[in-house]
Amino acid sequence: MSQSPSLNTWSDALSGFHLGWFPLGLVIVAAIPLVFIALYALTYGVYGERKISAFMQDRLGPMEVGKWGILQTLADILKLLQKEDIVPTAADKFLFVIGPLVMFVGSFLAFAVLPFGPAFIGADLNVGLFYAIGIVALEVVGILASGWGSNNKWALYGAVRSVAQIVSYEIPASMALLCGAMMSGTLSMQQFSVLQSGPYGFAHFYLFNNPIAWLPFIIYFIASLAETNRAPFDIPEAESELVAGFFTEYTGMKFAMFFLAEYGSMFMVSAVISIVFLGGWNSPLPNIGGFALNDLTNGPVWGAFWIIMKGFFFIFVQMWLRWTLPRLRVDQLMYLCWKVLTPFAFVAFVLTAIWEIYK
Amino acid sequence: MNQLTLAIIFYVFAALTVLSAAFVVFSKNIIYSAFSLLFTFFGVAALYVFLSADFIAVTQVVVYVGGILVLLLFGVMFTNTIMQAELKTDVLHVVPGTLLLILMIAGMLYTFYTTGDWMPGEAQLQGSVVQRIGFETMSHFMLPFEMASIVLLVALLGAAFLARFDKAHKNEH
Repeated sequence: MSQSPSLNTWSDALSGFHLGWFPLGLVIVAAIPLVFIALYALTYGVYGERKISAFMQDRLGPMEVGKWGILQTLADILKLLQKEDIVPTAADKFLFVIGPLVMFVGSFLAFAVLPFGPAFIGADLNVGLFYAIGIVALEVVGILASGWGSNNKWALYGAVRSVAQIVSYEIPASMALLCGAMMSGTLSMQQFSVLQSGPYGFAHFYLFNNPIAWLPFIIYFIASLAETNRAPFDIPEAESELVAGFFTEYTGMKFAMFFLAEYGSMFMVSAVISIVFLGGWNSPLPNIGGFALNDLTNGPVWGAFWIIMKGFFFIFVQMWLRWTLPRLRVDQLMYLCWKVLTPFAFVAFVLTAIWEIYK
Repeated sequence: MNQLTLAIIFYVFAALTVLSAAFVVFSKNIIYSAFSLLFTFFGVAALYVFLSADFIAVTQVVVYVGGILVLLLFGVMFTNTIMQAELKTDVLHVVPGTLLLILMIAGMLYTFYTTGDWMPGEAQLQGSVVQRIGFETMSHFMLPFEMASIVLLVALLGAAFLARFDKAHKNEH
């Protein structure tokens, strides 16, 4: 592995930086994913989603503010900042305020183990993947806090639906990722990418390296849609039934916090699927004869580019599906999870184990 | 990271754990108690990280926050009269309680001072902890592992049986 000696160099150098006794470097390492979430949610998240949905429906989308409506998001932020911060009188004040915060923290904590290229990762844990799946639990508690704290029937139903959905879909999602862990024999997010690097680019990715890998790949993708409450699994915030689900009562920046959390976890699941099955920060381009395209497009900066591009690709697919598929009913949702995805995830698990033993 | 920063972070998490645990016990509102448990579980997970047991720390979050706390919150939220329930937090049985407390603390301190060296050693853990846990479960602790899986399977079957749509019962009505 040519990258191995230079693994995590940037984040290691940063975390060694102290200002007196204060570990300023560590704070910067933690701040980089935060800035990334904010920037990407503003540009690709909000503006991109509106434009993509517009193109799917043969409209123009936002066109008024700036050229092609580029500044629309800035106008939206100004509007959100000016909104009155309403706390309903009947709401449980403490839980109402803490709900969106806990949810955003839960979404953001997962970014600690996300490698932004070979040279930067928040914390290269040897249980990275397990941590990324497990920390979603905090988001669940945030949803329950805001749903209960709003003291509103729609909010409570939205929260209960959302939590039931997230907790159920964790099972096929974890089984699918376990297949990936069996292929690599590690849970460290950096090692996943290192093991999938090689001169032939995409041919080393687990998705193309194993005859069964497409099954856990599809299962995880479907389950990740449900875990982030995206369509067609957006019954927790079904507009036609529940107004806006668990964030019905929220206004202003607290509302924006839910959006940041949702976009944060959308990128996280997209990054996880690209790391486990599509090589993470490795370039998909192969070396062609003497023309070393793969070597040219690998490195710390290219790594950051590839992981973000792969993440954005899956977010694009999520947006695409949102404007293509109708919403599932609650019973269909549970049927899909327990009677379709979970058995197939077990089948994929056994087949991957057999392949790994006898290949 | 230097020693001072580590110490500060450790005491922040220790205080978080103890204070939120105290809040769970002393709060008059059962919802707040349940949500306070979140911080207790997270504090304990952070203390596991300080012991270099990251696998246990993540398992703590998955099992306790993701499983038990969510189940608890569901139970609390679906109970209609939960806010009216009278919670007993007054002090009863002072003398036996104090005796039990002293005995328990004495027992724990005795174990603490007689059982080996509790300070973390210089030896650093080599390689992946997960791998070692996997080898141990599949070799030395095979029987307990398999027994736990049977217990869980029976619990799953029982839950599915209880939750099942009862056709025969439905037809009677």
